[in-house]
Amino acid sequence: MLNNKPELKKINDYAWEVSKEFKQGMRVPARIYGSKAIVDAMDIQVFDQVTNVATLPGIQRAALCMPDGHSGYGFPIGGVAAFDAETGVISPGGVGFDINCGMRLVRTNLTIDEVRPKLRQLVDQLFTAVPAGVGSSGFVKLNKGEFREIIEEGADWCVDRGFGWEQDLARTEEDGCIKGADEKKVSGKAVERGLSQIGTLGSGNHYLEIQWVKPENIFDEEAAKAYGIFPNQVAVMFHCGSRGFGHQVATDYLQVFLNVMESKYGIKILDRELACAPFHSPEGQDYFAAMKCGLNMSFANRQVILHRIREVFSKVMGKTAEEMEIQQVYDVAHNTAKLEEYEIDGKRTRVVTHRKGATRSFGPGRPEVPQEFRAVGQPVIIGGSMETGSYLLAGTQKAMEETWGSTAHGSGRTMSRTQAKHMFKGEALQKDMERRGILVRSVSYAGLAEEAGKAYKDIDAVIDATHQAGISRRVAKLLPVANVKG
Amino acid sequence: MPYKFLEGITVADVAFEASGATENEMFESAAEAVTSTMVKDHKSVKANIPKKLALKAPSLEQLLFDFLQELVFLKDAKLMLYGKYGVKVSQEPNGGKFKLAAELKGEKLNPKKHELLVDVKAVTWHEYRVWKEGNRWKARVVLDV
Repeated sequence: MLNNKPELKKINDYAWEVSKEFKQGMRVPARIYGSKAIVDAMDIQVFDQVTNVATLPGIQRAALCMPDGHSGYGFPIGGVAAFDAETGVISPGGVGFDINCGMRLVRTNLTIDEVRPKLRQLVDQLFTAVPAGVGSSGFVKLNKGEFREIIEEGADWCVDRGFGWEQDLARTEEDGCIKGADEKKVSGKAVERGLSQIGTLGSGNHYLEIQWVKPENIFDEEAAKAYGIFPNQVAVMFHCGSRGFGHQVATDYLQVFLNVMESKYGIKILDRELACAPFHSPEGQDYFAAMKCGLNMSFANRQVILHRIREVFSKVMGKTAEEMEIQQVYDVAHNTAKLEEYEIDGKRTRVVTHRKGATRSFGPGRPEVPQEFRAVGQPVIIGGSMETGSYLLAGTQKAMEETWGSTAHGSGRTMSRTQAKHMFKGEALQKDMERRGILVRSVSYAGLAEEAGKAYKDIDAVIDATHQAGISRRVAKLLPVANVKG
Repeated sequence: MPYKFLEGITVADVAFEASGATENEMFESAAEAVTSTMVKDHKSVKANIPKKLALKAPSLEQLLFDFLQELVFLKDAKLMLYGKYGVKVSQEPNGGKFKLAAELKGEKLNPKKHELLVDVKAVTWHEYRVWKEGNRWKARVVLDV
């Protein structure tokens, strides 16, 4: 544990570096993105954790932390690191327990004036249709064989069975199904944990929100048009992951890596949550294939939730989902490890990019970005707190050059859950938010209090930092009008 | 059962310290802390359905880790919450493995009956510690929520 924050070298107004001389074993510097105020306010563990990441074998250029960074386990939340695919490692601690925790944004052709009279009905029915909270079960009843199909096929499986539209897949990272997922690498326990959880939100900071686009909150008209965003539009954004399934995959492989890391591969680490194995080792490849199952489970989870949203809107608004053009804008993961290719020292190099609480932010022209968005860059969806609003951004070329095509993922917590519960009361907060025009439904008042807006960093400042740093471009801000919280 | 939630260990998650006069008591305190992270009133979980649990691990700290992780697993896989734990910890002879035999008692999770708080995703190794202080066993645990 550090006693004092390290000395930071200013790279520019929005990037700061800790030299590799700071800590024994650092192979590269650590770089933290954010304004001075944001970086100054980061808790000391962020600096400890990001510099620990810099000690891992095969790390390239620098260990990174995004402006929404806060302390996590192993990697900080907001942590990004790329490891040489030939000589480097893969680490579950660089992905997180909630594999493919991510965001999906859904647009409609409805305006806020059309929706507001039906808002209460919408949020009540969404609260029932999309179960949230501890131990919630979804409506898709599966046997273990079907679940094992889902974790290899992802959102494809859902669309094939009528839970969505073909176009949803093209607008999902990895087309909703990452190749190379191998269900045989996943434990029976993981399957048992996830079996009933497809179509559920989870709890904590997971949510589903009806939002609207205030006319002055469109900042980039060209990109907004490409993404189908217009003034006064109603959209739905939600945040969830691979539920107990992904958590168990991470837990299982953390143990596998702890058992072999030092004895078999001679890798010493500074924090057990950084347990890792060479990417090309049998253990590393097994985790990679199992983690991809977590990615696919999560894509499927969000696909089924989108289906439920379409059902609820159709029922309440009395029109079909097609008539209301309830179309996915994009679905993006923020807890992943991906095999990607970048130019390093003039050479095309394959790296394993770990993003833990960081969003892929691929710039214009990249083949991974859907053709319809390729001229403006990949949509990046950033969830803010339930009180303050969220953002739609665009990926940039600078992110490709500096941050392994990555940017922030949210606003980032500044206040502990206990502290938030002491400061805010869930019931009072719900009433207060309703007075301010935001309806909230939650399974837990205590859980609601923990997610109060003031428990988070200022989302506008975080987004400004990513925009000024050039690692994503501001497109639009979306304001909440109704929120379902786990 | 003595446990306290800790401030200053984690910003986004839940940390606690559990203690007991014996290893058994400390394990039970830690289990109660896990349940109390998810349910506001631990006593609202009735001890209706029994379940026997047997675990083995190379160290006491690993054994506690596995035990708490098992409670998290049972919550998702079987939708079960437990209010009584009946833990007996022992060690095989000659410095052998640590063993746990627990007689859990609980009931199905029911949002209408149990005031639910936040879901526990995993037990983590972050700042994780098991130690003896004077005559008391202690453990520090951070849960990912």
